[in-house]
Amino acid sequence: MAPMTLDRKLAILSDAAKYDASCASSGGQKRNSRDGKGLGSTTGSGICHAYTPDGRCISLLKILMTNFCIYDCAYCVNRVSSNVERARFSVEEVVRLTLEFYRRNYIEGLFLSSGIIRSPDDTMGEMVRIARSLREDHHFRGYIHLKTIPDAAPELIEAAGLFADRLSINVELPTDRSVQTYAPEKSPDRIRRAMADVRLRKEAGQERSHTGKRPPRFAPAGQSTQMIVGADGANDATILQSATRLYSGYRLKRVYYSAFSPIPDASSALPLVKPPLVREHRLYQADWLLRFYGFEVDEITAAAPGGNLDLGVDPKLAWALAHRERFPVDVNRAEREALLRVPGLGVKTVKRVLATRRHRALRYDDLRRMGANLKQARPFITLPDWTPRSMVDAADLRARVAPPPEQLSLF
Amino acid sequence: MRRITLPETGTFEAWRDAARSLLAADVPPEAVLWQRGAAEEDLFAEDALPPAGGGQVTVPRGFVDLARRVVWHRDPERFGLLYALLWALRRERGLLSDRGDPRVARLQGMAKAVGRDRHKMTAFVRFREIGEPEAPRRAFAAWFEPAHFIMEPVAPFFTDRFGDMDWTIATPDLTAVFEGGRLRFEAGQPRPPLPEDATEELWRTYFRSIFNPARLKVSAMTAEMPRKYWHNMPEAALIPGLIAGAGARAAEMAEALAGCRRCPLWRDATQAVPGEGPQDAKLMVVGEQPGDREDLAGRPFVGPAGQLFDRVAAEAGLDRGAAYVTNAVKHFKFRARGKRRLHRAPERDEIEHCRWWLDLERAGVRPRLILAMGATALASLTGSGAGLLRRRGGVEETEDGTPVLVTVHPSYLLRLPEDARAAEVARFRADLSRAAEITGCTL
Repeated sequence: MAPMTLDRKLAILSDAAKYDASCASSGGQKRNSRDGKGLGSTTGSGICHAYTPDGRCISLLKILMTNFCIYDCAYCVNRVSSNVERARFSVEEVVRLTLEFYRRNYIEGLFLSSGIIRSPDDTMGEMVRIARSLREDHHFRGYIHLKTIPDAAPELIEAAGLFADRLSINVELPTDRSVQTYAPEKSPDRIRRAMADVRLRKEAGQERSHTGKRPPRFAPAGQSTQMIVGADGANDATILQSATRLYSGYRLKRVYYSAFSPIPDASSALPLVKPPLVREHRLYQADWLLRFYGFEVDEITAAAPGGNLDLGVDPKLAWALAHRERFPVDVNRAEREALLRVPGLGVKTVKRVLATRRHRALRYDDLRRMGANLKQARPFITLPDWTPRSMVDAADLRARVAPPPEQLSLF
Repeated sequence: MRRITLPETGTFEAWRDAARSLLAADVPPEAVLWQRGAAEEDLFAEDALPPAGGGQVTVPRGFVDLARRVVWHRDPERFGLLYALLWALRRERGLLSDRGDPRVARLQGMAKAVGRDRHKMTAFVRFREIGEPEAPRRAFAAWFEPAHFIMEPVAPFFTDRFGDMDWTIATPDLTAVFEGGRLRFEAGQPRPPLPEDATEELWRTYFRSIFNPARLKVSAMTAEMPRKYWHNMPEAALIPGLIAGAGARAAEMAEALAGCRRCPLWRDATQAVPGEGPQDAKLMVVGEQPGDREDLAGRPFVGPAGQLFDRVAAEAGLDRGAAYVTNAVKHFKFRARGKRRLHRAPERDEIEHCRWWLDLERAGVRPRLILAMGATALASLTGSGAGLLRRRGGVEETEDGTPVLVTVHPSYLLRLPEDARAAEVARFRADLSRAAEITGCTL
């Protein structure tokens, strides 16, 4: 058989990586190549260099080192029992692709993941060689994200953290039980221990020794994980509780929710349906409320009938509709926390309100200029020249503020 | 009146120095005329700056950040507006944190536009290799058309990132050249010829493969990557094909179309009406927009005009089932009168917004011939619908070279007085049989 071309390998191994939701290249230390001795920079905030028609950003070269795999996870297209075409990159090929794409300003760096070949250690070892070669042989200063294999030896994870900006370990599914059912070779305990280990190493990397020297930085952009939504029966409350545990326990930078895509040649153990994209979107919105708006997970899920978020309105609006006694809020007097809970006012708008309020009273038009979504906010606020009167108690409030129904694909 | 001419590079520093002197000399904003580039004569212009001097001017910290961005905006009023704000700040110290103030809001808006443009430039510049791949310092070049004068302020991003190679970024306003570790600026230029770069093919392979056809969120893509950038991006040419080929192509598109909010017509309509017919049809028939019946049924060409079309097509020997029939605009536009909905012709920008969908249908079906029925279809396909009756019967071309046969819309025939109708129907029949002949879509 003729050897496979690089183009063909790239097609197979990027196709295999596309079910991974993560694309961020943000966070971490700032670097540059102003000295002329290397290539690349990281600015702290990532750049999306292109967008595909699925609405996702292309920031990194997101590929699998190989899609050969000895595991048999039901939700994964690369499981050993799937009959997809297989390919494998050499270390040099990945290095070359990364550098050539980077030089043409196509990408921010590399996001490398892999199927498990031979053993977890062998696979992780090869991934580390790629990262090492980029950093040491080619003085690459762009972004590197390595998806670590929870079962690999601690020394390998340690080395990975020294070369990579971010490490991630996927929890895969929201509950331990689902992991055991659909990914029999993976162990939820080991995944958690690996995440705990990354947190400890990262924190150790921030402490100075008694001589005042800093140890080398470990995964400066932190760690993240991914959960597949819609492949098992877990409801949104379970998913969000699980995410809260991960954020607080392992200091994750992000939890990615990936709507389960009907994977070509999917396993018969899983339903073949359209991916629940709206649900994924609502989960991200809820995730944001948890991290930036001071919401508790119970508050969000209390407004969610049957433990699932309302697909028709966003979770903040759903909460407000269920707590009308808290409104209307006086924009000129309310505390920051109360303002953040008004539908249609985002973090930035609230910041602007607070800054301007110090000088003068705000009026309706001011809010519009500050970027508030007044169509949503209107019933929930009062201003010197605006009062919602009985709007907030009106029975048809939901219909007035909710976006017009679109064709929602309910899972 | 004083006229201040600011240079094309180092604009911020020049503006700052000028503003300082003017402020020190108490020159009010309305007495200054600002411009960028070469100085021109102005009958009423008194010359230049008052003598330098005048102590330091203290401004709130945020103002300098604001000005540093606003000076690169393309709006000719930007320098004057900045100076007016500076002037006002002397009395109203807190003005800058007042995001509700219209002056501040306008300048913040400009700063934001410049920031966004800069960000998009760092994202969408695409280099091609122009030197030897084996050279110790490799050489690359790119062409970019920013919305504002941002080449100079954005250059440090590229020097920081591509420190070990030589590169040139040409824009219509300014060209940045980085050679041997030194950056210099040259005059702007038209698009330079750049050699082919084989890596682009690998990049396109990547773009094609990383796309997940099970999800289609076209508006999310165009919101972040507006079409104006596409022609300089090697991967963008793939987009229409990827969308058209995604999953069960037509069903996917119909679903995306159902959520279309590109123009306000969706508000009053029942539903968007996608085209219908074989996905590999050789003939595509494009009408104006769904009518009352179509809007209710969700299918094209089922109302009176559609029935007339069917009848005449059958007489002309055109197999409607072999053609892909669709409309230039996908939502019904009407005026409600009592209990009736009266048809209204779509506006130019509605046609323009909806062309996105027609283009997708065209990219998917790739017909050999398009039959444009009426001025709206003609405008959408060729860019102009003027002079329909003069152009009918002729074969024109879309932008990508697909032949377009021009004819009238069947509803035009319905509106004609009884005596004139027969002759016009005969001409319409002749056009349809010609279309059937060219494409072989005969009964």
